[in-house]
Amino acid sequence: MTIPDPVMVAAADQATETRAIGEDVQATSRGRLVLRRFLRKKLAVFGLFMVVCLFLLAFLGPHLTKWTYTSQDYTAFLQAPSSSHWFGTTQIGEDVFAQTMRGLQKSLIIGLLAALLTTGLAAIVGSFAGYFSGWVDRGLMWLVDLLLVLPAFLIIAMLSPIFRGKTWLIFVVLLAAFAWMITARVVRGLTISLKEREFVQAAKFMGVKPARIIFRHILPSMASLLIIDYTINVGGVILAETGLSFFGFGVQPPDVSLGTLIRDGTSSALTFPWLFQFAGGLLILFVLAVNFVGDGLRDALDPNSGKSRAR
Amino acid sequence: MAAFLARRLLNYLVLCVLATFMAFALASATFRPLDALAQRQPPPPASTIEAKRVALHLDVPIPQRFGIWAEGVVLHGNFGTTVADAPINDELWRRAGISLRLFLAGTVIGVIAGVLLGVTAAIKQYKIFDHVTTLFSFLILSTPVFVIGTLLKVLWLPVNQAAGTQILYFNGESTAGFSGTGWEMFVDRLQHLVLPTVAIAIGLAAVYSRYQRSAMLDVLGSDFLRTAQAKGLRRGQALFKHGLRTALIPMATFFAYNIGLLIVGATFTEKIFTWHGMGEWFIDSINTHDINAVAAIALFVSVMVLIAGMFSDIAYSALDPRVRIR
Repeated sequence: MTIPDPVMVAAADQATETRAIGEDVQATSRGRLVLRRFLRKKLAVFGLFMVVCLFLLAFLGPHLTKWTYTSQDYTAFLQAPSSSHWFGTTQIGEDVFAQTMRGLQKSLIIGLLAALLTTGLAAIVGSFAGYFSGWVDRGLMWLVDLLLVLPAFLIIAMLSPIFRGKTWLIFVVLLAAFAWMITARVVRGLTISLKEREFVQAAKFMGVKPARIIFRHILPSMASLLIIDYTINVGGVILAETGLSFFGFGVQPPDVSLGTLIRDGTSSALTFPWLFQFAGGLLILFVLAVNFVGDGLRDALDPNSGKSRAR
Repeated sequence: MAAFLARRLLNYLVLCVLATFMAFALASATFRPLDALAQRQPPPPASTIEAKRVALHLDVPIPQRFGIWAEGVVLHGNFGTTVADAPINDELWRRAGISLRLFLAGTVIGVIAGVLLGVTAAIKQYKIFDHVTTLFSFLILSTPVFVIGTLLKVLWLPVNQAAGTQILYFNGESTAGFSGTGWEMFVDRLQHLVLPTVAIAIGLAAVYSRYQRSAMLDVLGSDFLRTAQAKGLRRGQALFKHGLRTALIPMATFFAYNIGLLIVGATFTEKIFTWHGMGEWFIDSINTHDINAVAAIALFVSVMVLIAGMFSDIAYSALDPRVRIR
């Protein structure tokens, strides 16, 4: 690259300045500042701890028991939790612990993947709509309005016959394809104001291509928004996934997710609570933990929110 | 302001038609309504299946099929027939009434509770009330509606058992074969309505209390509120007349966005409490591959979104004078 990147130049300038001041005052880097603010929020730290714990549980847990999520114990039907079956057994003798771990794995992976796609899609659609005003903007925002009329849940449920019996990756793509609209609007608004800033104007007049400006200059400037949005989306997508699976429109048997497990347990929640309470409890715990992390990140990354103005 | 509302209404109407078309087209592309017939044992003759195919207009392309259906809806108010040849109209009005009862009760209670909780939490920021509400709404926001519904049943069961009678019912919208005077009928309906309404309202209250809290916090630090107190208003008066009114403006927009949340929540609630409303019908229609029924429900949902949108526009212009002048 022969033309120097304006942001890099600006950053380099800033760095020299900081170094000059830093001789007598110790400058705090942004990463350190964010980390310090994040660590100050006890609930957020607790949430992060819970997320890590649940991940370890989901992926190490299945190795701690001799049962797999498909194997059946023909000597124990509908048994309450005991030392051989930690979470009890189902009507046909499946081990609820092994099933719950498998369901947790599936829900976690679907949540992380679909949220990544959602945020990515929202960033791209929103920034393109905001950067190229005119008919691109109008067309994309019309699409957003249209998709907001019918709830995503209804659309994905309607499309469920397509992926019945196919890979769950289609389900992940569909989850993301109908969840990006509101974030896209926020990104569009931010892009419109960033577009007028000097560093974008400079890049534009140097002849940098629009797509490059968006990916190199505009989207990195709103990284904190996208990180916060991703965290919140993880919780939202997992709730959507379990909801659809609850009705049989999501993860298909023989595979299990927390949603299918809760559906199977709901009808007997009053009589055989262990079929319902573990899957339900872990689901609530995970989404709650993710929401705490998101809230903490929002306060740590966005200086204008809450009382985090103090360093 | 009339021009503003008329423009919005036109925009919503176009969106309604497009959304219904989208639902019709998606359903037509994915559903296989003939499978259930073709897989019967013994297999029906090919001519029967062919006749059904023609009767369901599956032999014409999707836009034309939508045209036939939309013509019936617009000109005759006829939503067509289900796959099983039953008229959709009867079912639609009965189920719409049941769902609307749930929507209305849930929304009114949820919104009022959410706004009150949010405002109080903002005024008492960082006090015990604020912490409790925040924790409560985080917990509810992380709990899917179907778990809330089931938990309500689990929690209420001991109360019913202790009372020795059904104070609140778990299933259905009214007791089957119930006969009585108007008042007894009302009480019976109410006994069925309480738990599902709570299941919906509690989720909405959690969402709105978060929004309302942050909207109110923005207002609390503002200059005009200090001015209002400086010119002699009591704090309560200033908070209510100037603070709450301003803090309600962003809520009008959130209300329009969240109507989808309400509809999906009601679908789960109907399933958990076996109410025979629109949500249950939607699930059943997907399982029976019923294109017309799904399109009719999509139209119902988009009309709900339209009404919510209009309502929030009107609320917006009532609360914010700047919109009225424009």
